[in-house]
Amino acid sequence: MSAAATTIAHEVPPQAGPRAFLRRLRSGDEIAHLITLTFAALILLITSMLLYELWVNSHLSRAKFGWLFFWTRVWDPNFDNFGAAPFIYGTLVTSAVALCLAVPLGLASAIFLSELAPRKVSDVISFLIDLLAAVPSVIYGLLGIFIVVPLMRTTIGPALIHTLGNVPYLGALFHGPNYGVGFLTAGIVLAIMVVPFIISVSREVLLTVPREQREAALAMGATRWESTWKVVVPWARTGIMGSVFLALARALGETMAVTMVIGNAPTIAASLLSPGDTIASIIASQFTEASGDLYLSSLIELGLVLFLITFILNGLARILIVATGRGGGRPA
Amino acid sequence: MRKRLLIVLLALGLASLAGLVAAQGGTVLLNAAGATFPTPIYSKWFDVYHSAHPNVQINYQSIGSGGGIRQLQAGTVDFGASDGPMSDEQLSQSKFKILHFPTVLGAVVPTYNIAGVSGELNFTQKALAGIYLGTITKWDDTEIAKPNAGVKLPNAEIVVIHRSEGSGTTYIWTDFLGKVSEEWKKKVGNAAASVNWPVGLGGKGNEGVTGLVKQTPNAIGYIELIYAVQNNIPYGKVQNAAGNFVKADLAGVTAAAAADAKNVPEDFRVSITNAPGPKVYPISSFTWLLIPAQIQDATKREAIKDFLKWMLTEGQKYNEGLTYAQLPKDLIAKEAKAISLIQ
Repeated sequence: MSAAATTIAHEVPPQAGPRAFLRRLRSGDEIAHLITLTFAALILLITSMLLYELWVNSHLSRAKFGWLFFWTRVWDPNFDNFGAAPFIYGTLVTSAVALCLAVPLGLASAIFLSELAPRKVSDVISFLIDLLAAVPSVIYGLLGIFIVVPLMRTTIGPALIHTLGNVPYLGALFHGPNYGVGFLTAGIVLAIMVVPFIISVSREVLLTVPREQREAALAMGATRWESTWKVVVPWARTGIMGSVFLALARALGETMAVTMVIGNAPTIAASLLSPGDTIASIIASQFTEASGDLYLSSLIELGLVLFLITFILNGLARILIVATGRGGGRPA
Repeated sequence: MRKRLLIVLLALGLASLAGLVAAQGGTVLLNAAGATFPTPIYSKWFDVYHSAHPNVQINYQSIGSGGGIRQLQAGTVDFGASDGPMSDEQLSQSKFKILHFPTVLGAVVPTYNIAGVSGELNFTQKALAGIYLGTITKWDDTEIAKPNAGVKLPNAEIVVIHRSEGSGTTYIWTDFLGKVSEEWKKKVGNAAASVNWPVGLGGKGNEGVTGLVKQTPNAIGYIELIYAVQNNIPYGKVQNAAGNFVKADLAGVTAAAAADAKNVPEDFRVSITNAPGPKVYPISSFTWLLIPAQIQDATKREAIKDFLKWMLTEGQKYNEGLTYAQLPKDLIAKEAKAISLIQ
């Protein structure tokens, strides 16, 4: 016993030098550390390079318009006058509509799949949902053009105008000419696109909630719904928020599907039925044919603005998670 | 900067090495990029030319006119292609001289969807400008109704559709509107691939505009003639400079070019919208190849010159099969002479 202890003690003493390093290397820790560090640094590097390129190449536009770029409502390639306001507005509105529709739907589906549905059904449906998440966005755009747009023009749009359109205040959102394309249509198509993300991630997170949490709640006399809503969901809150912000990121940056159904007119209008445009959509539409230097620079500055919006929203999300983290829910 | 230079030099070295190897093998590889509108005919030409001259291979990327001009100026392609001629400003910014060669002709037509109207509508120049300016808002406006006696036009709001992305089609359309309307010129400006539209919705591509027009009652849009013909989309007649209403067809488009052929400047940068002549279709335009005036590599230079000669003679025969109008004879003669400017 003591002999073994001495031999071990003999081997263990930490010594500097190549031998020790080699030994640690052999254990794999050092390699894993090095590789993961490299990749993590690479992500940081790519992000900063992206930001740098956007900053440098938008120089012309920043120098000419300054902060006015954010308020200007005109986008006129012919007279070299560019402003981001309608595109910022469109990006925020379509994403907000998408989340308003997708979050309740996605969360409800995730709760059903993780808490109520039999495991087999849940697995099959989850597999299908993961497939939906992999469908290219142009397909969703086509779905929008052939199904959502005609439906909006002939059925949903008029119905909204005649019902919610008469409600004070809220009515402002649903009035004016209804072309079938516009903010609401884009929001609906985006919602369809991002719902699989919310369901898929939320379900996984809900499934990781320990069984004891549920059992404890039930033992306290909670109904099944009370245990789900008051114990399981709060426990998984951070992960669910994560899924929502993943969805938001996709909605903010979506190009193809949006440009096909939003009407591509840079307008700021209260009505959700009005046509509009988003940052990602106009960059995709006009980048190839942008001939003037200032024109190109302004499109790149729009990219910078999108970066900024994503950055701010992600920051807010972090604050929200930390703020709601206090009191109840999963122990930190 | 120095590093970039080094990379460029290295690349050049490699390229010349590759060129040497290629020269021994006898193949010339040409890279080109630009306009999307003539892509079908260009692909056909490059393919047929390659079968006739197996040693010359031309890669064409249809990335858009703006992209074509930028890549040519940056020297990443051997020649470019554009639906609108380069502006004086763009030419002066280039480090080398660039020549324009018209290749084929195209036209843009108005298409519409009005309940109960199936025939071809006649559009005056004022009507089209007014509709796209937003000053004419109803289908039964007298400016539209006057030349369409006997057609029952509804008292409905016109839904205006335009292209959402930068496009040569928009360039031709705005070029025409600017020529026929002072107000347009003042408010919207010169011909451009994308403009600040006073009214309307944007559709992506010819198919996007067509889709929106078909789906939306009382809509009007503009699309390329070739697209309308290939997909059997009905379109209206447009009043030309002589006052006649002309339905776009290949003969009318060639007539537009022929009418202006005598006035074509030496550098071929000319707009033929609203050209004079009784049979002329007024919304037509050339599309151009952009060739550097000086090409260092002798094999490439000869290949490009030979291709241009072939394009002006043999190549033109393939146009009508793909619904592009042929170049007028006078212009072909003039271009053939200009090929010698490439040195």
